[in-house]
Amino acid sequence: MRLTKAALLGAAIVAAGLTAASGAQAQNEQFIPGLIYRTGAYAPNGIPFANGVADYYALVNERDGGINGVKILYEECDTGYATDRGVECYERLKNKGPTGAAYVNPLSTGITFALTEKAPVDKIPVISMGYGRSESRDGSVFQWNFPLLGTYWSAADIIMQHIALKEGGFDKLKGKKIVLVYHDSPYGKEPIALLEQRAKMHGFTFTPMPVTHPGVEQKATWLQIRQQRPDYVLLWGWGVMNSTSIKEAAAVGFPREKMFGVWWSGAEPDVRPAEGGGKGYHAAMLQHGAGQFAVHAELKKYLYDKGKGATKWDEVGEVLYNRGLVNAMLGVESIRTAMKKFGNKPMTGEQVRWGIEHLDLSAARLKELGFDGMLQPLKVSCSDHEGTRAGRVMQWDGAKWVVVSDWYQSDDKVLKPMVEAAAKKYAAEKKLPVRDCSKEM
Amino acid sequence: MLYREAGQFKTTYVADQQIFPILQDRLFVLAVIVVAFAVVPLFATPYLYTEILIPFLILSLAAVGLNILVGYCGQVSLGTGGFMAVGAYAAYNLWLRVPEVNNLVVVFLFGGLVAAAVGILFGIPSLRIKGFYLAVATLASQFFLDWLFARVKWLTNYTPSGSVAVGDTSVFGWKIDTPVERYLFILGFVVVATLVAKNLVRGHIGRSWMAIRDMDIAAEIIGFRPLTTKLTAFAVSSFFVGIAGAMWAFLRLGAWEPLAFDINRSFQILFMVIIGGLGSLLGSFLGAAFIVLTPIVLNQLPGWLGISMSTALLSHLEFMVFGAMIVFFLIVEPHGLARLWAIAKEKLRLWPFPH
Repeated sequence: MRLTKAALLGAAIVAAGLTAASGAQAQNEQFIPGLIYRTGAYAPNGIPFANGVADYYALVNERDGGINGVKILYEECDTGYATDRGVECYERLKNKGPTGAAYVNPLSTGITFALTEKAPVDKIPVISMGYGRSESRDGSVFQWNFPLLGTYWSAADIIMQHIALKEGGFDKLKGKKIVLVYHDSPYGKEPIALLEQRAKMHGFTFTPMPVTHPGVEQKATWLQIRQQRPDYVLLWGWGVMNSTSIKEAAAVGFPREKMFGVWWSGAEPDVRPAEGGGKGYHAAMLQHGAGQFAVHAELKKYLYDKGKGATKWDEVGEVLYNRGLVNAMLGVESIRTAMKKFGNKPMTGEQVRWGIEHLDLSAARLKELGFDGMLQPLKVSCSDHEGTRAGRVMQWDGAKWVVVSDWYQSDDKVLKPMVEAAAKKYAAEKKLPVRDCSKEM
Repeated sequence: MLYREAGQFKTTYVADQQIFPILQDRLFVLAVIVVAFAVVPLFATPYLYTEILIPFLILSLAAVGLNILVGYCGQVSLGTGGFMAVGAYAAYNLWLRVPEVNNLVVVFLFGGLVAAAVGILFGIPSLRIKGFYLAVATLASQFFLDWLFARVKWLTNYTPSGSVAVGDTSVFGWKIDTPVERYLFILGFVVVATLVAKNLVRGHIGRSWMAIRDMDIAAEIIGFRPLTTKLTAFAVSSFFVGIAGAMWAFLRLGAWEPLAFDINRSFQILFMVIIGGLGSLLGSFLGAAFIVLTPIVLNQLPGWLGISMSTALLSHLEFMVFGAMIVFFLIVEPHGLARLWAIAKEKLRLWPFPH
């Protein structure tokens, strides 16, 4: 008797679940998958990013009623920064919604590498904002990859320009020692090519020091650094590796003013665990820093005052939260650009790809969106999937991030040949067709 | 009542010694193979192929390989991930540097052979150390191979990121692109490999492995040579594991970095073998199905039931429930899922009668 009751109840739940799931399939919604991580070794950095993304899509739905009337259907899937779980999430979500996934933000260079293979087949663009393959800037080979706002080579170049400025010029770098402490993954290895190139050009010694995932074992690395006494240490970590590096630097007494993190190793979860130890640490900015701007006032008005925000109000405005906002904004604006050409309806991946490739955010438009002061204008094109190569450097003063530099532009005289060579090599290896960007407009 | 062999008389030794002497068994296995080859492609979605069937098949091949080593020969090995990596990178280097060999079968077999050679090399300590100490020695092989593929740039074709990718893959002229084609190719490989493994463990070699596992000193006394026996176990096991690694890299990932074959992969396959059942080929498949499918099902179950929860809670619950299920199965049946299957078959002999 009890067994049948339980069985009936179970059947009812399953039936309700199945019908509820199918009922949620609306016809005029744009589906956007969220490959984020709220668990795992990289969660401290993944959580604020995921909150920023979720909040921006909610804001667009609440404030504007969607993108030109088409509401955003956003679904998260926790990848834990693991490549195979990331691919599984992608496969699970790529066909949801009336027109499939608009684009995908893997938030992991490893997953980006894996999805670079799948995206052209599934016709879903991969937006790897500030990460991914550095050579994917070349849209003639990498049609479906968009490393918007900057790649690792741009980041490394910006940091090197800042160091050169502090030293008094690139020629003053001769004989200096620069160490790269990097996460032993494709993400961490990306800048090595550029730094070796610069080392050849300016005569400084460059030593890469890998740290195995997840990055909590760094004592040996920092003892080596204490022995070698480099002039500068560049930190290319993620998740717990960053905070561990800063704590270890404090423990061996390496001056944090001489440490420069890339934009993925320059956020509050990285410096706060070291308490006083993070003071003086520099980080490159993926254009934006921490702080609240016009868009945050909108977030407060439409979401947080109504209790619909994804997180607590005092976390809104942190570096990675802002990055989530920017990432979501670029995606939404790409869909809007695509809608100008294809009509105000849910876009397919191919149409969104066209939209991203023709994304043109002027200063006036950025001001309208509320991102004035966070970003510089960007223009994506077939040959330039990065859009812009600018950045600044900020410094942690113990309580907040302070911008300590002017805008730098990464040096295309150095980068462009490297990008083209690497892209050509990839195309040759994979026997891919190369588009002629001068013909496409 | 259904599962009786009453009336099935064998008149030749060949019939008596076949792998599935009972007619019902033969029919069942044949039906499974027919369904796998012919019926599944009619109904399956691409997601089912790429995320469920292909990982399950490839990892069950790796589990078969590891079961030969751990289950049949008793040599505990934690280096499975490393051997998969050897197979993957050897296959990649052959594919890359000898483009004339544009045949996946040859490429995978080459990966398997190189992995077998490396397996023999790392199996040499097994002649001196046993049990958990051997596990530590094979752990050393895992970390060494991790280091090798991360540091020796030649093996990854000097890519700046250390990540390698494979492009067009074809077998005897047919391109293997779509999920269906990949699935059928892998299924064919796994069926053939399992048949080979089954025959090996039923024959003289398999018996020598089991003798070494049960009591190696007694085995040595009655004439089994520990050197050749243990090293053949390592070789055959690594051969299968290497092929599985090459398939994982080429057909499942497409682009990979050394982290794809790290210590967690080794643990995953060891758990498959332990939970599935040591010393049982069916156990390898059952264990692989359990370990591959359960996290995915647990992750999507609240969605199917219409319960909405935060992704963080979902991930945490997935880990907890998965761990609890492993503990539960090991308490209920320490000999693994294969033993549960065998008990079910025993009960099927009497069913539906009570005695």
